Amino acid sequence: MNTKSIMIVGVGGQGTLLASRLLGSVLVDQGYDVKVSEVHGMSQRGGSVVTYVKYGDEVYSPLVEKGEADIILAFEQLEAARWLPYLKEGGAIVTNTQKMDPMPVVIGTAAYPEGILETIEETGVRLHAVDALSLAVEAGSSKAVNVVLMGVVASHMDFAEEVWKKAIRETVPSKFVEMNLKAFDLGYQSGK
Amino acid sequence: MEKKLMIGNEAAARGLYEGGCRVASSYPGTPSTEITEFLAAYDDIYSEWAPNEKVAMEVAVGAAISGARSFCAMKHVGLNVAADPLFTASYTGINAGMVIAVADDPGMHSSQNEQDSRHYAKAAKVMMLEPSDSAECLSFAKAAYELSEQFDTPVILRLTTRIAHSRSLVATGERNDIGVKEYVKDPQKYVMMPAMAKGRHIVVEDRIAKQVEWAETTPMNRTEYHDTKIGIITSGICYQYAKEALGEKASYLKLGCVYPLPVKLIQEFAAKCDQVYVVEELDPFLEEHCKQIGISVIGKEAFTLQGEYFQSLVKKVILGEETKSISTDLDIPGRPPVLCAGCPHRGLFYALKKQKVTVSGDIGCYTLGALQPLGMIDTCVCMGASVSGLHGRNKADAENAKKSVAVIGDSTFMHSGVTGLINIAYNQSNSTVIILDNSITGMTGHQENPTTGKTIKGDPTTAVSLEKLAQAVGIDRVRVVDPYNLKETEEAIREELAAEEPSVIISRRPCALLKYVKHNPPLKVNADKCTGCKMCMKIGCPAISFKNGKSTIDFTQCVGCNVCTQLCRFNAIEEGK
Repeated sequence: MNTKSIMIVGVGGQGTLLASRLLGSVLVDQGYDVKVSEVHGMSQRGGSVVTYVKYGDEVYSPLVEKGEADIILAFEQLEAARWLPYLKEGGAIVTNTQKMDPMPVVIGTAAYPEGILETIEETGVRLHAVDALSLAVEAGSSKAVNVVLMGVVASHMDFAEEVWKKAIRETVPSKFVEMNLKAFDLGYQSGK
Repeated sequence: MEKKLMIGNEAAARGLYEGGCRVASSYPGTPSTEITEFLAAYDDIYSEWAPNEKVAMEVAVGAAISGARSFCAMKHVGLNVAADPLFTASYTGINAGMVIAVADDPGMHSSQNEQDSRHYAKAAKVMMLEPSDSAECLSFAKAAYELSEQFDTPVILRLTTRIAHSRSLVATGERNDIGVKEYVKDPQKYVMMPAMAKGRHIVVEDRIAKQVEWAETTPMNRTEYHDTKIGIITSGICYQYAKEALGEKASYLKLGCVYPLPVKLIQEFAAKCDQVYVVEELDPFLEEHCKQIGISVIGKEAFTLQGEYFQSLVKKVILGEETKSISTDLDIPGRPPVLCAGCPHRGLFYALKKQKVTVSGDIGCYTLGALQPLGMIDTCVCMGASVSGLHGRNKADAENAKKSVAVIGDSTFMHSGVTGLINIAYNQSNSTVIILDNSITGMTGHQENPTTGKTIKGDPTTAVSLEKLAQAVGIDRVRVVDPYNLKETEEAIREELAAEEPSVIISRRPCALLKYVKHNPPLKVNADKCTGCKMCMKIGCPAISFKNGKSTIDFTQCVGCNVCTQLCRFNAIEEGK
């Protein structure tokens, strides 16, 4: 099969790395060649962060570029807008509706754009916006936003629900497994 | 065999383990850090964080000469620090194998420059291997020990960010532990005084000639012939970009060993291809070699010297093809990294801002204090330069001492700040040095260091006392402040700037991201009391934003540090529950 590309974008500290690890282990489990590219270091300190996940028969470059992503998972609205050009025509974008002001907005040198979701929808891509923070709080912790969003993405992919849950059990510390499974379910159901 | 998804750094660590590594010493530096962290998980290997890269490499040289396969890792700029032992270890050679991992950072995701470490391999005449995915990180690291002993030389494993931090599939193997080899006293080989070094230089040149022969036939350097209208000479991650962009529309010479380079292999490949391109990030290292041996190639005249490469760049330059992409007319503000909510450095920088001082900065999370709205770093050059640079500033004009400080983290101070402080005491400048002691090496992701009282494995050990160290080198004015307390911090800075002698202020508060640090409940803005004066916005806390004329605090980020509370004149920021 041709290589498929998924991008996970957000703000450093939101838990995007755990999401890419979960996704990576699901894809390996399904027998694909997989590459995941992460960025560690400075941008993890509240900067715009992006992780690329690619899978298929044989994957070469670990990077996803403009016009190449089949799915973009955004942890924050502005980041959804920033990385939108990376989505393929006909691709799907899943975004958390949460908004986090970047420092230029905080200090008043820039404005947080209005109507991001509407603008994304107008481009004709498949948009799925979800209030993952509320669902995470409902599951038991605001930190579970990443797993809620993985649930939403899972609902857009063809693998059995159990495959994802197995990956969660293997990746998350045991005392948080139940809470994360609940978070995943809430995300998954919102996607169906 | 079951394959696992590993980042390149984890796979390199696995390769070193399988290759029989026994002693590892490194200083953290993105994107190299995780190699040594993963090595520390193997009980068969002694591993440590050294105070700096020079020490780390000397530990590895000492262990290798004594007969244990050894390792050290660093980022590209760390190799500058370790260059001194590197150049002479090339002359002494090793006894048991020695591998040096150096991670370059094209695109500067987390670095202060974009230097190309391949020049060091050539300058020091040390073999350099460059893997292009995690599987090769493992196999090359393992092979590096064999090559090191075969040619009696340290071997450098060069990674770049996208190799070090990309996950791909890896099959693991068994450990080959050769034990500790016998050490035989041999001053002609190991004591590098002029008479002996002259003899060893001959050995080095002879070794390089033998390695070139080896490079002609090693499977690490391989050709893949498809359509021969286009020939690509490449290595590392650029091989992956070229394969993705061109597939079977091109033939490839993939070089796994980037120093020394083969001659005949390249000439034969070039002869079979109509047009040869060199695809390499950063400097024209392979390209210059090709041109030197009389091969006509297209390199940097078509590709850039700046930043990272991508598959689309290769496609555009070689095939002239571009991918269509969606666009909108949204005006999207940037999102630069920031000091975290609750970062202890924030209060310190705010206090410095009120004093209107010039700040000689250093390398670490706190370099982010340079960004607005704090904007309180004037210079940042390299590890330790804050302290020595401040001394230079104060010697340039003694008046500067009344309104200038240096800021340096605890780990960076241990790395190379202390030598600058010794210089301040010895050569007497009236300097004020602020050590930002957050009790960890922060930016690289929480590594222990000589001040934290813990080893790389988390075991308790001796902790360097910053206070006693400063006093021991001759600084009499040493004081400790809590940067969460703005008033206390401002007073200390004012008094030490006014003092007519050198002083050290230790701004001490553990990193808010450390697991053992207890957070207060998130603070809340009482909208009835908030006047919208924006005083609390002046500290640049990512948890505070301004909505509908009032400040608001994001409960997912706030750790209740109360620095903003001290700025609010209307008591509008209240403790949460």
